[in-house]
Amino acid sequence: MEAEHIEILEFIKRYPPFNELPDEELERLAQAAEVGYFKADSKILEYNQIINDLHVIRSGVVEVYRHTGDLHNRLSDGGFFGEAGLLRTGKVRFPVTAIEDTLIYFIPGTQFNRLYDEYEAFADAVEIEDRERLNRAVTSREGANDLMTVPIANLLSRAPVSISENATIREAAEKMTSDEVSSLLIVAEADAPSSEATATTEQGSEALSGTAANSSIETPNIGTPIGIITDKDLRKRVLAVGLSEQTPVHEVMSTDLVFVQHNQHVFEAMLIMLRCNLHHLPVLKKDKTVGVLSLSDVVRHESKSSLFVVSSIFRQNSIEELATLVNDVQASFVRMVAEDANSRMIGSAMAVIGRSFKQRLLELGEEKFGPPPVPYCFLALGSMARDEQSIVTDQDNAMVLDNSFDPEKHDEYFRQLAQFVSDGLDACGYTYCTGYIMATNPQWRQPLKVWQKYFTDWIDEPTPESLLHASIFFDLDGVWGKLEFANVLNKLIQRRAQRSNRFLACMARNALNRTPPLGFFKDFVMEKDGKHNNSINTKRRGTAPVADLIRVHSLAIGSLARNSFARLEDITEAGILPPGRGPDLRDALEFISMVRIRHQALALQQGEKPDNNVAPSDLSDFERKNLKDAFQILSSAQRFMRFRYPNG
Amino acid sequence: MFYLGSGQNANTPSEPNNLKGTGKIPTPPGNDWQTRFLELAETAEDPRLKRFYQAGIDAGITDPTTKLSDVPLLSIDFETTGFDPKKHGIVSIGSIPFNLKRIFNQQAKHWLAKPRRSLNTESIVVHGITHSQIQQAPDLLDILDDLFEVISGHLLVVHYRGIERPFLDVALRERIGEGIQFPVIDTMQLEARMHRVKPLSLWQRMLGKKETSIRLADSRSRYNLPWYHPHDAVTDALATAELLQAQIAYHYAEETTLADVWC
Repeated sequence: MEAEHIEILEFIKRYPPFNELPDEELERLAQAAEVGYFKADSKILEYNQIINDLHVIRSGVVEVYRHTGDLHNRLSDGGFFGEAGLLRTGKVRFPVTAIEDTLIYFIPGTQFNRLYDEYEAFADAVEIEDRERLNRAVTSREGANDLMTVPIANLLSRAPVSISENATIREAAEKMTSDEVSSLLIVAEADAPSSEATATTEQGSEALSGTAANSSIETPNIGTPIGIITDKDLRKRVLAVGLSEQTPVHEVMSTDLVFVQHNQHVFEAMLIMLRCNLHHLPVLKKDKTVGVLSLSDVVRHESKSSLFVVSSIFRQNSIEELATLVNDVQASFVRMVAEDANSRMIGSAMAVIGRSFKQRLLELGEEKFGPPPVPYCFLALGSMARDEQSIVTDQDNAMVLDNSFDPEKHDEYFRQLAQFVSDGLDACGYTYCTGYIMATNPQWRQPLKVWQKYFTDWIDEPTPESLLHASIFFDLDGVWGKLEFANVLNKLIQRRAQRSNRFLACMARNALNRTPPLGFFKDFVMEKDGKHNNSINTKRRGTAPVADLIRVHSLAIGSLARNSFARLEDITEAGILPPGRGPDLRDALEFISMVRIRHQALALQQGEKPDNNVAPSDLSDFERKNLKDAFQILSSAQRFMRFRYPNG
Repeated sequence: MFYLGSGQNANTPSEPNNLKGTGKIPTPPGNDWQTRFLELAETAEDPRLKRFYQAGIDAGITDPTTKLSDVPLLSIDFETTGFDPKKHGIVSIGSIPFNLKRIFNQQAKHWLAKPRRSLNTESIVVHGITHSQIQQAPDLLDILDDLFEVISGHLLVVHYRGIERPFLDVALRERIGEGIQFPVIDTMQLEARMHRVKPLSLWQRMLGKKETSIRLADSRSRYNLPWYHPHDAVTDALATAELLQAQIAYHYAEETTLADVWC
């Protein structure tokens, strides 16, 4: 009689790549599996040995190494290894050692290869190429991008407010005032929340029992209302015609209600409002009224869009007024994340908003201090210049003044203006730059010729130290004033940088200062030296090193693009990276950026202060796996950069 | 692991701590299985038994100097209706061949058998085996050919030697008129060697000190082996095979010979 291998079957069906296989395949695998025990510190696979099985960790912990001896990965229960060798040469590529007592289930290579060919999901889950898996993750998310998907229920912020049909108009108006609503649902006397009438209908008894359970408080939802009155009705049907305030509401209410379902999309509700010329729609969920959607709810929802924020920035007339928009900025950020915008859209929307704040502040400043004595250009630096801003950002800016600038006569004006803008930005959530890279710093408030000398010195006489804090100036964008000054500087950089191997080597060396972690292990971030950390700074260890690396290549090929994705397109076109690496880096940057952005959006939604530190326990298995892949792509791109720009 | 408790002995510990237990198999003086198998290969009447002894000699499982790593091992587990081979019967057998590196599930076997005794109680408790499955199962006699095919040429590995060897011996006596003898490796006894070198003194017992548990699951956890659901013959056989691999990895050298571990 064939034996059933219950334990093995129950185990493998829980883990990828097996969890999507049909039952009969799982049973076949459980039958075919072999088992072996490895004491802690014993070798499981040695480099180049013949490999015949996929190794699945039933329990224990193993470490996977590169051929060079560097730690490549650490795996525990449910992890698998050996797939690279099986799919390619039949020899072990990554040696493996048990670091705790480990029990391995061996899946025969013949079965593994067959499943890999027959089942796409299995092959996907195995996917030996980290970069391919990441690319799939990024594209599947982009496919979900649809701005029309928000359901009505998301906009409802309160339970419906209702009153009995026999209440007077005055009572209705009082209730609308005390509850701060612009409309009131009218329910049959029997359904009314405060009614003591005996229930006569089925619907009535339902409502009554609901009322009893909640004493005299509003029930969270009510039965079908028979009518509605609005602010406008009170004006047009009562005041304008001189009706008594003692008239029962049912005489002035609108009947023929138009309902929407809670799970319909907001845009459908908007169409209904337009078509029927209504401003209030009761919302139903399974025959219960769960709220009223008003036009103002829709407008408020729309107002969270970044375009709306930008236009309102230019309507504010003081720092205090601008500062009131901080919540709108955060709301539009959260909303873009909720609607699945990609990091490039979000990064550029946030940069546009940030730039608008600067522009409006400079406008206000020039009103306050008068027109500038000599022409100037206000610069955005760093992430804003790259269109890659997040919600957690400080202000990095500078001023380029006309060469006719005379410090004695003019500097006081620009000092005041810079201070005004800097204080304003701080009030609007863009904190002061801790590195003091701001126009308030006299060093970064200089005439064009001085700036030209700064850049010439950085590029022609570079040392890693002199460039350590200068790399931010190589992402430079004019936001206000004489934008030609910014163009002159960008052209200078473009011309000189690509000719100076020493400069590129120094920039490359600095770009290697920040490295990604190796990956995750249980709830820790694992570093290359095997140490554990509780969280990872997704900027310092992720997006920033990717941007640094892309900047170096971009300078080397003389690209004028500033956005990392745009730069990467130029770099890929220039053909200086090994084939396929450009798209890999793009996917890595996108994925790390989105993890960071989602983390910040979640913090905002929970009323916490957003930051860059993500704890592994907050990541899904999917995110961990893809983040780890992204880190590996970044690591290998850094290795390549070291080789591409050797120290002169 | 090895008995389907019937009502009458529900209080019996599932793994008695007394290792001498009920196993009454005559192990040869000095564990001289070589001589014993040669004798039995001569004297056994049933051709299957004769072949079993001869295959054991040929495979080297009777030679005390054979290295454990060179021997084909077979982990075997019986589910029985109780502890006494004279009163209880075998209802299920699971077996898996293995060596110190690999356990071969593909060749695992599982049989159900209908015991000739002890089916009168209302409750064959049933660890995945239903009363009607047992009623429909063949008599052990009908699966003997297959069973001998599987066990011949292998050194058997059990967790607690007081069950499989004596139960098979008694069952064969009743069915073919002669019993069976063979060496086993008992993972429970190996565990006892590690953890019960001396019985607890009166003083230790007064202090409330408890003997280290050498039950299968507890033994496994000492080697960080995962917990498996007990009372399925195949799973228990797998669990025992894994335990032996772990014990050898921890406590024995590569060149361990049969003399070091069998009984």
